[in-house]
Parts: sequence; structure tokens; C-alpha cells
Amino acid sequence: MYHFLVRRILGALVILLIITAVTFFLFFAIPRDPARLACGKICPPETLELVRHNMGIDEPVFLQYWHWLAGIFAGREFTYGHCDAPCLGYSFVNQEPIFDAIVDRFPTTLSLTIGAAVVFLLFGVGTGMIAAARRGRAADKIASSASLVGASMQIYFVGVLATWVLVDRLRVLERPAYHDFTADPFAWAGGLLLPWLVLSIIFTANYTRMTRSSMVEQLSEDYVRTARAKGMSSRTVFLRFAWRGAMGPIITIFGVDLGTLLGGAIITEQTFSLHGIGELSIKAVVNQDLPMLLGVVLVSAAAIVVFNIVVDAAYAVIDPRVRLS
Amino acid sequence: MTDDNLLELSGLTKHFPVTGGLIFKRQVAKVHAVDGIDLTVRAGESVGLVGESGCGKSTTGRLAARLLEPTSGAIRYRGRDVAHASRRELKPIRSEIQMIFQDPYSSLNPRQTVGSIIRGPMEINDIRPPGGRDARVRELLEIVGLNPEHYNRFPHEFSGGQRQRIGVARALALEPRLIVADEPVSALDVSIQAQVVNLLQGLQRDLGIAFLFIAHDLAVVRHFSQRVAVMYLGKIVEIADRESLYERPRHPYTHALLSAVPDTDPDGAARERIRLAGDVPSPIDPPSGCRFRTRCWKARDTCATEEPPLRRLEGNAEGHLTACHFPEAPATAGDQEVVLDPALG
Amino acid sequence: MTTPFLSVRDLTVAFGTEDGVVHAVDGLSFDVEKGTTLGIVGESGSGKSVTNLAILGLHDPAYTKIGGEITLDGRELTRASPREMERLRGNKVAMIFQDPLTSLSPYHTVGRQIGETFRKHTGASRREARDRAIEMLRRVGIPHAASRVDDHPHQFSGGMRQRVMIAMALVCDPDLLIADEPTTALDVTVQAQILDLLKELQDQSGTAIIMVTHDLGVVARTAHEVLVMYAGRAIERGAVREVLGTPRHPYTWGLLSSMPKLRSPVDVPLVPVRGTPPSLINVPPGCPFHPRCDYTELAGPGLCRGERPELAPHRGHGDACYLTPAQKRTIFTEQIKDKL
Repeated sequence: MYHFLVRRILGALVILLIITAVTFFLFFAIPRDPARLACGKICPPETLELVRHNMGIDEPVFLQYWHWLAGIFAGREFTYGHCDAPCLGYSFVNQEPIFDAIVDRFPTTLSLTIGAAVVFLLFGVGTGMIAAARRGRAADKIASSASLVGASMQIYFVGVLATWVLVDRLRVLERPAYHDFTADPFAWAGGLLLPWLVLSIIFTANYTRMTRSSMVEQLSEDYVRTARAKGMSSRTVFLRFAWRGAMGPIITIFGVDLGTLLGGAIITEQTFSLHGIGELSIKAVVNQDLPMLLGVVLVSAAAIVVFNIVVDAAYAVIDPRVRLS
Repeated sequence: MTDDNLLELSGLTKHFPVTGGLIFKRQVAKVHAVDGIDLTVRAGESVGLVGESGCGKSTTGRLAARLLEPTSGAIRYRGRDVAHASRRELKPIRSEIQMIFQDPYSSLNPRQTVGSIIRGPMEINDIRPPGGRDARVRELLEIVGLNPEHYNRFPHEFSGGQRQRIGVARALALEPRLIVADEPVSALDVSIQAQVVNLLQGLQRDLGIAFLFIAHDLAVVRHFSQRVAVMYLGKIVEIADRESLYERPRHPYTHALLSAVPDTDPDGAARERIRLAGDVPSPIDPPSGCRFRTRCWKARDTCATEEPPLRRLEGNAEGHLTACHFPEAPATAGDQEVVLDPALG
Repeated sequence: MTTPFLSVRDLTVAFGTEDGVVHAVDGLSFDVEKGTTLGIVGESGSGKSVTNLAILGLHDPAYTKIGGEITLDGRELTRASPREMERLRGNKVAMIFQDPLTSLSPYHTVGRQIGETFRKHTGASRREARDRAIEMLRRVGIPHAASRVDDHPHQFSGGMRQRVMIAMALVCDPDLLIADEPTTALDVTVQAQILDLLKELQDQSGTAIIMVTHDLGVVARTAHEVLVMYAGRAIERGAVREVLGTPRHPYTWGLLSSMPKLRSPVDVPLVPVRGTPPSLINVPPGCPFHPRCDYTELAGPGLCRGERPELAPHRGHGDACYLTPAQKRTIFTEQIKDKL
């Protein structure tokens, strides 16, 4: 396990290095000048040079990337002042420190992700299990059709509709907003309940189908038959044997989904006007804000990479045949 | 070495690496799948290869068909060493050596009709038989005992035995000189097994195709092969013509293997049998000296230190080679009763 | 005569599928006595495995229709409640399967898998169950049982895994053990070990065994009685010595003569049964074997295609074929015997 973790973490660092480098070079491959944008409408060449220098984009791209990397570990000097490690630079647009911006937004994204994940995991796996236990019968058919409807929903449609019905008309839910969890957990949950539910509708369907098919597959395995042949109750067979085998694929997509959501649920945040990582990434792209873009890319990529490692480690815990060395 | 040796394997070795390591994968051990075997197949002859799972018989088959590249040793096909031949050099040989596999279903593409499955090899090798490929496909279907009108059907429309016939027809499409058959009948029901064995036997007899026939079923191999080699943990422990091997086995392993086969003769069930203790050891770390010694009731100290060479023992027929320090007496076989203490380890 | 320990009467098992109703077992009757082994022989699709799943009630009730009677030790099983069947399985009736690798849970240690069966049926504590598991592993000949009890199935070799399977099946001292092709996935030297082990355990405990196999050699070595199945029906039944020594049904002849043997003459070609087994959705009328049989004309015109021949209900050597006993005897001695 230890060897596995060391190897995977080193691998993950390499991947992050490659992803940020590619982002960096792709940014400069676009024939547009962020300095001109920052400089304003009337911009004499000297001023432009100065702006360039201040933004740090007058150096060769390789050197810029190197400075950016070094900044993460050692901090970095800017015209605006010193930037402590871990330094991801300053925004081209409003000179906000990138690291602070991300730290500021991250709780929103994290809350959105965790809450939604709990809801869709419970509902998705639950209905999937029921469908598998009652396969071929009414409950299965209802769950399957419902998940098909859910899977074809779009957040910007359901979200807007749900806000209008539940918040504006019926007034049963609060208007989505982020409140600090530590300050008031109830306000926190209340403000995010609607986004959680809406986000879950789409994901739940996926988990229902995955759980059902995975369980049905496991239930036809030889070892499940053996468990029944030795007198285990259907409940034990279902929960202790079949579920154990069915967990693998569910954990895999769960890891991918968590990673993706932590990188910013862009559409969800836009739909509910939440200020998370997703909103940052849109702004970064629109404003050609390279440091911000790099920061967001780094966070999203790290989330995905980390959850991949977690998934693999989880596999080893579930299945003793998987050796992590 | 005579000219009628179609295929000659000498010192053939295949090790599969076992990798591990913290950051960079490196080889930490190797599976000794095939470890220095010598075997020849003469033109038109059927050589049987028997042994238990993990003995390397299938790997040997794949090496013989050059689907695998050996770690060392030579594979001489019609006198030419093709052990490390390139793709291009192998092309002419590929059509002369064909393989038949165990599972007739998974070795046929389910989305292709039988006709195109059999036509495939001809297209790849750009072979234009007189009368056209379609006519040849029908002819092949006829040879293997299928209705030629069924060339438009898909594999799932056929039974297991019929699918194996399709596999045979595909192998025949290139008019091979040698067919490597890897457990060709072990997935089939008994009554169907005989149909396929008879079909292959007819091909050997009528078309002069040589066979390397790999199977775990000793009775089937005896029925099909003129010469038989017994493998254990990557080595040939005994090789002989069929009669010598089955009637006068000299290697204790051959003897044990033969005595373990359940006999349908209800009176024979009472016969004393040799019971091998334990399982086959891991091919990653095979025993020193004679590899069979850990399960052998005759093993002595020499067996652990010295590897017995494969040689002709006194009293053996010509071509009957045995790798054993303490072989069975030449008469200990056939219907004679054997009383041995099976309790080992 | 007292009632047999296990008695199966007129068993029918049918599955509903998209293509139609599969008549997997159709009118099957047999008995098994304590301490004896019944070999059930047949090719794939003959209904031999389905029969045993039916005894244990392991079929999916949503798709399966079961008819007839299964009486075990005086109790009728086809109408038993799910709860009753649960208490029976693994306790009075145990089963071992063909492939020990896929039949054991890869996720749990062998000790736990053996122990949980024991706990379920005896209410033993964890500690007791573990001790029992070690004892069972020892009984089936697994070396270092006390330390191997915490290993997972993948850490055992094929033969050892099948021993674990047997240990698990026998943990509650069942009265009936159903072994479904228990050695088919094993090497021949290991097969011999496992068959010996089963025999030894039977001698110790007096368990009745149903040995399901396609291998007549395995039957000859282990069984007292044998039942030959074809297309979901029994076509011949009797003591092993009689059925294998003087078989009476053309299909049994076919099975025996198509099998290569270690002692038969090598230059005589095998005599396969022609054609292929029938679909169980459209079983041929009359004798299900008649389309593949060489003797239908001899039996009398139209007879084999008409009514289905029944296996005589009496005990002893019987077969379901319209040939007269004299005809069978003549054909066997003149045409078949030499090929065996």
C-alpha cells in the first residue's frame, strides 16, 4: 500500500506538471495580447511594455512557466509586492492573489459537491438496489423509467424550473446562497438544498442504472449461488455478497464524479448564482486571465487525480485480489 | 536430423517477466513457462503434448506457431530458424502453420458470417484459389462436415461442435502443412468430441497435415497422436511413440498421470492407483534438479541437485526418451497392478 | 420397502425465456439412499445441473416452473417455504460446484466463508465457528489449516480451493451432498485426490452423494448407481457395474463408444453419436433421442416418433427404449461391446 501511494503520488505530480505546462503554452499559442487588454483603449507602446513587464509576460514562455512553478514552492516577487508560497500569482484583471481567490471560492464548491454527492449516492444506490432486488417487477420498471427521465434532464432547465416553483411560487425552499458552515450549519444546508437536489436529479439516474446492472450481474455470479446454496438468507446474500462485488464500478464513477464536481460545477453555479470554482474558471477564460486559469486548472486536475488514487486504493480495500504493488 | 522434420524446436525457452518495483517497473522474477525443450514434428505426423495446467504446453503451442517469440532456443520450420524472424519474414510461414483453439465461440468473430470468417485468411494472404474464394469456402465447409449452404450464417447459429468445425475450416483455408491444435475438443460434449477428433484424424490421413495436438486428456491424445510428449513445469519429462509411452511409461510422472485417469471399466475401478500428493509447484520458482521431485515417491537426494537429462533408457524403444534418475522398471505398466505408498509430505 | 432417503418423483423444471419455454427437466424420477452415491451423467443441456438446483430450491421462482415431488427424509421440498429451504441448505443438503475459483467469494477469507455456514445453522459464536473452520480445513487435507484459515480463495491452488469448497459444504455434516462436476475444472492428478477425499469423507459420515458429471470414468470410480440423462429425461438407470458393463440404451452405447479410452485399440476410429443434442424448447416428440438413433427402424415403424418410452418404474437396471430386451442384448454383444 505504501509503495503504491508513493508511486501514484509521484505519478500524479507529473500529470499535474504536464497539464499546467500544456495550459501555459496553449494560452500563448492564441494570438492575443492580454497586456493590451489590461492596458486599456489608448495605450502607448512604452506603457504597454511596462504593463507587460508587470504582468510578467515579457519573458520567454519557458522562463515564465519556470517562475510560476517556483512561485508555488518558494513564493515570488512582483511589482505589486511579495507573494508568499504557495504563490499562484496575481490575477491579470484585478490583481487579486490567485491562491486567495481559490481559497475564498473553494468552500462553496466543496459544500455543493459533498452535499450533492451524499444525496445522489444515497438515492441512486438505494433505488438501484431496490430495482435489482425487484428486477422484472413494477418497482424495477418505475425506477428504470424514472432514471431514464432523470438522465435526460439538464441542470439549467430543472434548476430554473425548480427555483421558480419551489422558491418563488411555493416558497418551501430558500433561494440558493452560500453561508459559512462553521457560522451556521443550518443556514449552510438551507441555502444549498435546492442546488443539491437539482444536481442530484441528474446524477442519481446514473447511479441507479449502474447499481442495478452491477447488482444484477453479481447476483448471477457463481459465488452468490454458493452463498444461497449454503443457506444464507436472501438479505445476507444481497447485502454481504452481491453488494460487495457490485461496489467496484460504482466507486469508480463516484471518484470521477467527485473529482469533476470539485473542479467546479460550472453550469450549476451559473444557474444558482453561486460563487465557486466554476464561476472563477469562466471568468478566467473570458478575461484571458492566465494566472487565474492556471490556478483553476491546477485545482480541477488535482481533484481528479487525487480521487483516481483514492478509487484505486478503495479497490484494494474491497477486493483482496487487487494488489497495489 | 532428417529432411522430413517439418518443425524442430530445440532448446526452446520462454520466460515471462514478473514486474514490480517502487517507481519504475523492473523484472523481479520470471515465470519459467517453457524451459529448454526439444521437440520435432515430422511432415504428416501427429505429435501429442500432454500435461497438467501450467506445464507450458499451450505456450509451447504458441511458440511453435510463432505467435510468441521465444526467450531463447531455435524454432526451425522446414530447416529455417524462425525463432526471431520479423513479421515480414514470417508471412509465408504463417499460412503454413495454423492454429485451432479450445473455445470455438470466442475464437470466432460473432459479427462475421461463417463465409467471411473462412474467407478472411485467403484475403489477408491474397490467395486466389481456382474457381474463386466462395467456391473454396463451400468446399471447405463440405470437408469439415458442414452444410455449404450455411456460409451466410453467423457463429451463434451453430452448436459448439459445429463452431469448432468452422474453426477447422478457417485453419484449412490456407492449406497448412502443420496445425497446432490447443485443446481442440476439451470444451465439447463427449458425443461431439468424437466427431471432431475423427474429422481431424481424417485431415491428417487424407491431406497429410501434421499436427501438434495439445490436450490434458490423455485418452484423446493417445487416440490422435503417433508420438506423445509429457510436459511438467516447462520441461518435457518423457517422449515416446504412443505405444511405448502408454504401455511402458518410465517416468514416474507419466505413470502417475496415466493411473489417475478414471476408467469407465467398472472392474478396473478397484485397481490400485498412484496418488500424487500436493499440487504442481509454481513455475516462478521451480524446484531445483528434477522438477517433479517434490511430488515424486521415488525422489532421493540426487534429484534435488542434478537435473536428469532426457535420454534413452536401457530397455526403451527407439525414440523413447525419459528424464529421470530413478525410472520405473520397464515392465511396470499396462494392466499390471501397482502398489505404491502415496503418502508423501 | 422403506421410503428412500431422497426420492424425486416426476420432476419437471421449465424456464420461460424470450424464445419459448425451455423444458430443462421433464418427468424425472430417482432415489438416493444414505451412504450411497448416485452418479448423474449427461451432456450439457441434459438437465443434470438443473435437477440439483431444483432439489435445493435455487432456481429463480420468477422464471421457473417446478412440478413433481422431491422428498428428503420424509419432507416434501417443492412446496417448502423459503425460510424452511434456507434452513435446509448448507445444513442437511450441501452442494459443491464445478469451478471453485468463481464459486467461492473472492472478498471473504475461507475461514469466514466456512464459519458463517456453521454459525447460520448452529448459532455458534465467532470463536467456535473459526475453530470449526480450522477443523474442517484439516479434515479435507489442507496443510497448516490454522494459518490458512485467514487466507482468501485466490491464495489457494485449484485443488486446494476445491477442498475448501468441500470443507464448507460438509461443515454442518449434511445428509446429502450434491457435487456438480466437482473435478471438471481440475487436473487429472488433482481430480483423483478430490474423488478419493469425497469417498473417504462419505465412508466416515455416511452422507448420500449425488455426483453430477459428464465423465463416465468419474462415475465408474465413485458411484454405486448411475442415472443417464438425455434432453431432461432419464434414459437409463441402474447399478454402475450393470449400466457401464452391459448398457442397454442406444444413447449410453453412443456415449461409451464415442469416448476415447486408455486401453481401447488405437486404430479403430471413435464412433460418435451423429447430429447434435436437441433444443429443449422443441424437444422431439416420442423418444427425444430418436433423431440421432440408429435403431429406430428396428424398434418398429413410427414407434420411437410416437409415444415417449418410459423408464420402468421398478428399481434395478432399467432403460427407456422401445427395443426389446433380446434386441438390445444382441446389438450390444454383436456391435457395441468390441468397441468399448
